[in-house]
Amino acid sequence: MTDVSPKGLSPKQASERVALSITSRNRKEARFLFLGQLAVAVAMGFLILLFAGILNKGMPGFFQYYVALDVRLDAGRLDPTNQMTLESLAGGDFDGVIRDSLYQALGNPEGRKAKREARRLISSGSGQRLMTYVLDHPEHLGSTVSVQFAVDDDVDTFLRGLISREIPEMDRRISDQLIDYIDALDAQGRISYEISDYLFFGSASRDAEMAGIRGALVGSILTLLVCVVIAFPLGVATAVYLEEMAPKNRLTEIIEININNLAAVPSVVFGIMGLAIFIVAFGMPRSIPLVGGVVLALMTLPTIIISSRAAIRAVPPSIRDAALGIGASKIQTIMHHVLPLAMPGILTGTIIGMAQALGETAPLLMIGMVAFIVDVPSGINDPGTVLPVQIFMWADFAERMFIQKTSAAIIILLTFLITMNAAAIFLRKKLERRW
Amino acid sequence: MSLTNLMLTVLMIAALFFIAGQRLALALRSSSADRLHSLPHYHGMWVAITSALPALFVLLLIVIGKDLLFQFWARDYFPQDVLDGDAVARAIALAKISNIIDGIDFGEIEPWVQAAGNAWIRWEANATVTANFLVLMVSIAGGLLGYRRIHTSFRSRNNVERVLTWILIGSSFVAILTTIGIVLSVLFESIRFFNLIPPQDFLFGLEWNPQFEGAERAGSGGGTATYGMIPMFVGTFLISAIALIVAVPVGLFSAIYLAEYATPRIRGVVKPLLEILAGVPTVVYGFFAALTVAPFVKSLGESMGLEVASESALAAGLVMGMMIIPLISSLSDDVINAVPQSLRDAAYGLGSTRSEAVRLIVLPAALPGIVAAVILAVSRAVGETMIVVMAAGLAANLSFNPLDAVTTVTSQIVTILVGDQEFESAKTLSAFALALMLIVTTLALNYFALQIVKRYREQYD
Repeated sequence: MTDVSPKGLSPKQASERVALSITSRNRKEARFLFLGQLAVAVAMGFLILLFAGILNKGMPGFFQYYVALDVRLDAGRLDPTNQMTLESLAGGDFDGVIRDSLYQALGNPEGRKAKREARRLISSGSGQRLMTYVLDHPEHLGSTVSVQFAVDDDVDTFLRGLISREIPEMDRRISDQLIDYIDALDAQGRISYEISDYLFFGSASRDAEMAGIRGALVGSILTLLVCVVIAFPLGVATAVYLEEMAPKNRLTEIIEININNLAAVPSVVFGIMGLAIFIVAFGMPRSIPLVGGVVLALMTLPTIIISSRAAIRAVPPSIRDAALGIGASKIQTIMHHVLPLAMPGILTGTIIGMAQALGETAPLLMIGMVAFIVDVPSGINDPGTVLPVQIFMWADFAERMFIQKTSAAIIILLTFLITMNAAAIFLRKKLERRW
Repeated sequence: MSLTNLMLTVLMIAALFFIAGQRLALALRSSSADRLHSLPHYHGMWVAITSALPALFVLLLIVIGKDLLFQFWARDYFPQDVLDGDAVARAIALAKISNIIDGIDFGEIEPWVQAAGNAWIRWEANATVTANFLVLMVSIAGGLLGYRRIHTSFRSRNNVERVLTWILIGSSFVAILTTIGIVLSVLFESIRFFNLIPPQDFLFGLEWNPQFEGAERAGSGGGTATYGMIPMFVGTFLISAIALIVAVPVGLFSAIYLAEYATPRIRGVVKPLLEILAGVPTVVYGFFAALTVAPFVKSLGESMGLEVASESALAAGLVMGMMIIPLISSLSDDVINAVPQSLRDAAYGLGSTRSEAVRLIVLPAALPGIVAAVILAVSRAVGETMIVVMAAGLAANLSFNPLDAVTTVTSQIVTILVGDQEFESAKTLSAFALALMLIVTTLALNYFALQIVKRYREQYD
């Protein structure tokens, strides 16, 4: 090693140069490493910010304030025709009964204004709630029972301390009189903060205290069911054909390019296609899970095809050769050997595709799943909405309580998604064989 | 029988034929001296296929064909003025009839509508009976024909496999059909739009005011509707640019750190977390942007004495950048990992530090892949809908200021198409023209990315 380097430096001079530059180079190295760590920290920071923000806003959304009232279930007033059916109860004066017990709890306020303020205390859905209670407990008819009713959303917001007493009466949404009533009920121990049953069992409502995700959840499940029933067989069949049977020709190439292009098309465009084809051209109704599921299936198809192809490709050729060698036909080889071995990978891709479909909003807006629908859909031909669209709709409402409910709904949606993704990761780790 | 019940019945008949076919084959095997060509269950499947497939095909034909036929017949009831009228008049007439059929009452019913409605209901009932009879007949007849062909030497397996192969081929055509569906649905309406609005006004127009359309038609002089797409594309690219300014450095440096520096344990924690970030639905990002980031940006800007719109492009862009980070980092991670270790070893052997190896050797080698990842990220940002619908404004300002409210292509599409539409109005049709531009843009970007990878990729192995 006595050669002189091209620049004419002797090894000694060269090593001196290196020694001179080494501190600045090491500093650069440290800087570079720091940038990398900073980038990861920023990304993780975003994640924490996002989740912390939503958890912080959403956890209170799982709870709401209830007021317990002693209601006298007067059979004559509630069930005038004495049949105990939904129809006969509909003629009953539930609101009146609740009003009476509310006035009683407040020490029978006098005057129309005072009574009106008192009525603003409880949710307007209380009559419905009492009716359900009576239907569930017909034996209590005639006695006096304590029933919990949700408080109105403004009262709820006040009880959470988000509306200050210090604000002048003109500028806040609840009056001094109402605050006095709330204090009176609180002093009697009637007001409690509990897990919101409306959130899980209530349906879409313009009243924040009664709004729930039940309809949207059922809609999501139905839509996803349609989606998986269509996308899974089609995706796997396409993957099998392209990987195992397709000849290498122009047509196969066109199909492959098509699939890659579809994977790149923005999701909202699938919604436009659904609108133009299924709703305008085929005349199918709007807002139904069937159309939503088909649109989402077409959207997730590329995801499923691409991951299924990868899984099928990962099955070593020796398996196929062995099966063919002992006399299995091509189809038998695929059905009996290749597909079962590729199944974990295929399922992983399918779950990821379904998670994508579950969180998708834009295409469903296009086909009208954004309509305000109170009833829980009972089938794939019933108008409904889905969880992400429900979140989108709630996000538009200005009431403070809706923000909390929206965040709570987001937490539920994220729980589903993270469970699905975790299941996919688990499948990939545990079941996938390395050849 | 309803459609579902009829289909279930057909499948039940097929199942029965499967059992019968399989039994016949088993009986043949034990009674006959010849060996069966195919396994018994293939014979069963063959009979089931001959029973179900033609029947389902007939059912499909009836379902698709009957409405067309009825619409044709219904013309006999149309009065002369509807027959002489244009397509819209006929569509209205058909809608009136379908209201009768659905039992929706809109008061005054013209006698001919009532007559056509009654006739339609009659036809519908007849069609149901005919469909039931025909489908069941075909399924039984097909099954019997298939059953009679079963013989020891009958090549059931080959036949079943041929049908299966055709089903597989048919499935792979769904992708092509979807593409055709997308292109046609967007193209037809776009052409109608361009018949109303000259393409050059749309492509190069600097003003977007479709909401004046109603006023213009009513002649109230509220303003002129204009359909220039430039403000929306400027808005889209402004927000995308902000997103990239956030996402490219963070995503790229994360990828470098994870691929070159991180221990397997850190990788094992950070990568799934990034995947979670990628799996968060866009509506959640939109909510976050509208509720947390936008007010924060506004108050921050105002504390510095700047005028910030409450739905600023900056807020939407920042959150979109968050959304895109995992895309860039995972794609870049893949290409960085694909650079062979020998290149790094060679660099270390020459005395370079780790960062020098990365900057001077690995990154140049991975550059085409990274550029492609960034282009894919742009295409994703351009097509992203929910964040901009929820966090960006609707005012079509032609502005490059990130603190202004801008609107984007996707948010305009959603705004126009959500709710009821009139397919005759230029406003509704403009959404389809915008969608066409959106598709062209994203596909061009993806094609571009693919070409870069193809042309500049280094093959090391």
